[in-house]
Amino acid sequence: MPVSPSSMRRNDWRARGNVGYIAFIVHRVSGVALALFLPLHFWALGTSLQGAAALEGFLRWTDMPMFKLAEWGLVVLLTAHAGGGVRLLIIEFGRWQGPRKRWIGAAIVASAMVGILLGAIMTA
Amino acid sequence: MRASTQAKLWYAQRISAMVLALCVLVHLVTILYAMRGGLSATEILARTRGNSAFALFYVVFVLSVVVHAPIGLARIAEEWLNWRGRSLHVTLAAVAILLGATGLRAVWGVYAG
Repeated sequence: MPVSPSSMRRNDWRARGNVGYIAFIVHRVSGVALALFLPLHFWALGTSLQGAAALEGFLRWTDMPMFKLAEWGLVVLLTAHAGGGVRLLIIEFGRWQGPRKRWIGAAIVASAMVGILLGAIMTA
Repeated sequence: MRASTQAKLWYAQRISAMVLALCVLVHLVTILYAMRGGLSATEILARTRGNSAFALFYVVFVLSVVVHAPIGLARIAEEWLNWRGRSLHVTLAAVAILLGATGLRAVWGVYAG
């Protein structure tokens, strides 16, 4: 039976509420955020070529709460991206057992744990 | 892009992802360990200067990112921005060079700086 464009659109929107679609979006958005952050991260560490004082100066400059929050967010996104990525590798290279939604749960738990632990360490 | 090139890129991204999964795990533990009591340059450099195992690990980490990130960004650019073809490939080659150059410079900085 031919599928009408309107029912395809409806199905499209329904699919977007699926946890797998949300995992897909989180994976993409976190990947872009990490890719944008990395050159800055590398540049900052590269300041150590001008000596420890230069790196120290940068670190103290990023002591501002805004930077701290961004750092925390990036570490959480890194965990989410890695956890979600492991799920994709298992789906693609492992024996087919469906969409492995438990791995989405595992990635959420890992990200939350890292977030709580890092938050506690940073505010200690 | 030829199908065989696409397949090779797909594999390159997955193989680099496998390496990165291990690297990220080690890096996360390092972050949590290093952040205790706040970050200081002296503390970071005391751990990294002249530490060859550390430098080798981060060289592998950086090179895996150089392979992994541009391929992922290419898929996103194609699917979400409808950007494809030569201009995209040139831009992403530049992104790879930027990540590789700044990344290796950073490793060299904390190893020898």
